[in-house]
Amino acid sequence: MTEVAPTLKDNFPSGPFDAVVVGGGHNGLVCAAYLARAGRRVLVLERRRVLGGAAVSEEVYPGFTYSVCSYVVSLFRPHIIRELDLARHGYRVIPLDCTFSPLENGDSLARWGDPARTRREIARFSPKDAEVAPQFGLAMTKMAAFIKNIIDHPAPDPASFDPGQLKALWGLAKDFREMGPDLMYLHNKLLTMSAVDFLDMWFESDQLKGPMSVSGIIGTFLGVRSPGTAYVLLHHYMGDIDGAFRSWGLSKGGTGGVSLAVARAARSFGAEIRTGAPVARILVSHGRASGVALEDGWEIKAKTVVSACDPRLTFLGLVGREHLEEEFIERIKRYKFRGSSGKVNLALDRVPEFSARPGLGEHLRGDITIAPGVDYLERAYDQAKYGEFSRRPFLDVVIPSLTDPTVAPPGKHVVSIFVQYAPYWLKEGPDSWPRKREAFGDAVIDTLAEYSPNLKDSILHRQVLTPWDLEQEFGLSEGNIFQGELSLEQLFFLRPVAGWARYRTPVKDLWMCGSCTHPGGGVMGSPGELAAKTLLRSRSL
Amino acid sequence: MPIPSPFHPRTSRLCTSLRWTDWAGYYSVSSYDTSHESEYFALRHAAGLIDVTPLFKYEIKGPEAGVFLDLVMTREISTLRVGQAAYTCWCDGRGKIIDDGTVLRLGREHFRVTAAEPMLAWFSRHRRGLRVTLEDSTDRIAVAAVQGPTSREILGRACDLDLDGLGYYQVGQGLLEGREVCLSRTGYTGDLGYEVWVENEGALPVWDALMAVGRAYNLQPAGLEALDNVRLEAGYIMNGVDFFCAHQCLTEARQSTPLELGLGWLVDLDREPFVGQGALQAEKERGPEKCLVGLEMDWEELAALYEKEGLPAHVPSRAWRTGGPVYNPRGRWIGKATSGSWSPILKKNLALAQVEPAYSTPGTRIKLEWTVEYRRHQVAAEVVARPFYNPERKKA
Repeated sequence: MTEVAPTLKDNFPSGPFDAVVVGGGHNGLVCAAYLARAGRRVLVLERRRVLGGAAVSEEVYPGFTYSVCSYVVSLFRPHIIRELDLARHGYRVIPLDCTFSPLENGDSLARWGDPARTRREIARFSPKDAEVAPQFGLAMTKMAAFIKNIIDHPAPDPASFDPGQLKALWGLAKDFREMGPDLMYLHNKLLTMSAVDFLDMWFESDQLKGPMSVSGIIGTFLGVRSPGTAYVLLHHYMGDIDGAFRSWGLSKGGTGGVSLAVARAARSFGAEIRTGAPVARILVSHGRASGVALEDGWEIKAKTVVSACDPRLTFLGLVGREHLEEEFIERIKRYKFRGSSGKVNLALDRVPEFSARPGLGEHLRGDITIAPGVDYLERAYDQAKYGEFSRRPFLDVVIPSLTDPTVAPPGKHVVSIFVQYAPYWLKEGPDSWPRKREAFGDAVIDTLAEYSPNLKDSILHRQVLTPWDLEQEFGLSEGNIFQGELSLEQLFFLRPVAGWARYRTPVKDLWMCGSCTHPGGGVMGSPGELAAKTLLRSRSL
Repeated sequence: MPIPSPFHPRTSRLCTSLRWTDWAGYYSVSSYDTSHESEYFALRHAAGLIDVTPLFKYEIKGPEAGVFLDLVMTREISTLRVGQAAYTCWCDGRGKIIDDGTVLRLGREHFRVTAAEPMLAWFSRHRRGLRVTLEDSTDRIAVAAVQGPTSREILGRACDLDLDGLGYYQVGQGLLEGREVCLSRTGYTGDLGYEVWVENEGALPVWDALMAVGRAYNLQPAGLEALDNVRLEAGYIMNGVDFFCAHQCLTEARQSTPLELGLGWLVDLDREPFVGQGALQAEKERGPEKCLVGLEMDWEELAALYEKEGLPAHVPSRAWRTGGPVYNPRGRWIGKATSGSWSPILKKNLALAQVEPAYSTPGTRIKLEWTVEYRRHQVAAEVVARPFYNPERKKA
């Protein structure tokens, strides 16, 4: 499923381009597709040999396709799928039905699409929690409906006097009021509480709160008891339209399948896409972006440059400080990345079995969470706070080959393990990661093997990605998977920095479209879409 | 994935149609035969045996169990005598209905409550400091409903209780096939009938004994489709069809109050505070926004629509739950029909609907949407009193 776009100079079309997009991740590609669909001449330049950025599939070990970084899809916006006709271009997402959480005492909790079955599972730990869980889901769904309005539009800046933005703010205030008092109060709590405190308002069983609370910390350098993490819970509910646990899905052929579908759509609209094309500089003259220079010195001119890279890479790397004001540079420097997670991908010669629920049941086809309690998660965070990776980390595991036969040879399997915490800022500094990579990988395998004893004997190949690797290989500063923490002070009109949350930058004709912009990370496509739509509306293109 | 009820070894052998459905997480028979009709006629003319185990059951015990139920229920429960049962409903603080069910008073300090939805968390929340314990006995107690005109004879021979002394909504305890059972004269069919409550271990002997005795009285196992027909004839509402638990509604429009559902008679306002009392009092003063009514559709009009298409008049024999709009005679939307059924015993096409109060008086003519050959029509219907079918033997 590794599809390689033409390399840089094959049949290179003559300029000038309306827009050149720096970075062929899913957001860069979505942005390019929308611009091309509007009739603009667009060129996408990707440094790596494969498209997708962090939404990428690669055959790292012969016969086995890894979703190297991002591994599940849920938030990808349905209207983008429709508008870009992505189903025709190969967008295939297979839903996961189950969330399976083995526990430390040999028991386990599984949550299914079937509500009665889930109720019985939870009732083994708390009959009350079993009944309250659907009500919690309903409350979150209602609040997510409000948040979805925010996600699907550029973030209005409350400090702005622009009538369009004031109108948007007024609309949001109206929607907020319409939630009714109970949900309004709840929403405010959500913005200020920790994931665990918030869950405590509903639930009593640690076995349930553990796996539920992790949605609040993914991609942040915070613990489940840190204030502000409750909001991120909601962020993860937005895919759950029906309040069930089934709306996470696997992209056929790995997550790269999503990026490739977008790339095909972009090409069908006339966009040019080149891989193996590392951009060294964004050309700026008289305060305006005028094109890019590649590492080999070749310059490509364009009316507009759109960067799908994160702000540090874009401004401090590609633009250069000489073109920016000191105050803006300061703000970009203060933008928090603090990568906190790593990834281990495995090729196995058989299905890993879990002693808590032996056999090859359907629980293995869903999401497998190693988060056996709140204290376990908080302890994992404790180590990270002081600059070490968690010896017994939180793991989010999927075995895509059980659902999608295209990613492994018959009878063989790939396993994707998301690991938190793996702090970029190790005590000895980020540069010590290469020396610790294998020890980190061992800790992950040891942790998982506690629940799956046959795991170790079945490993054919393993790929360990530390935050340092994510930075080096994928250009994610400090290894943050969302191009910057998804914490409240960096969301909405504050993403990436106050005053520049609407895809524009202080450099004229330079725009941003990555996960570092509103509404943020996750394979959602919205930053790319909203950037393109804002750019097209601005008539500067 | 549903689980089997304690009667499953028997029901699964009898259910030759393989027509099953999921009821509250249990495998339940839709109809034993490919058509449910013979089961319906057994319920109305002989007797039917229905596995109603999936109903949620809660044991409320303790010196203040009655006080607790008075607090949670809209109806005053502590005044029930031991051996009495009552139909009731309960609401949230805004007077919106959460569920309905039956309360059995099994002892001075022991009540049993049935519910359509899991309710332990809701009940626990209102326990406060009361000396009361709550137990979910759903998976511990099997329930078989014996319903229909011959049900008294069957149970009279199968168990040692004096059934002539067991009045409508009364509860007795006795022996059936050597097993201790609780017998309540309750049901969801609107006819003479009983429900047999037994610990799981006794489920199969009880089933076998009832079937053996029942053979002489034409007892037939019956599934949920036949039950749906008879409960509509009885005019009984159903959670998840005719109303929704307030906790599960995404919008307020989907929520209902007891008054709106015609359950005003279950609300005892003039007593110590209970959950929802203030809101229900206020609603009583200003009147409900909608009213549940029984509808009888005009057969001549319906038949004419089919005739126009060159077809004989035809209504499905199974009850419907798809719902549809209700209009006033001028064609303005005034509410919704939530379920309905052809009644073989009344020879009438019935429906339950919620309409604006101005259209709720019996005798009022309104219109119901009906589709014939992919064309939508409006058919006249008359508001009639419920129950539609109310045999004397029900309470006799």
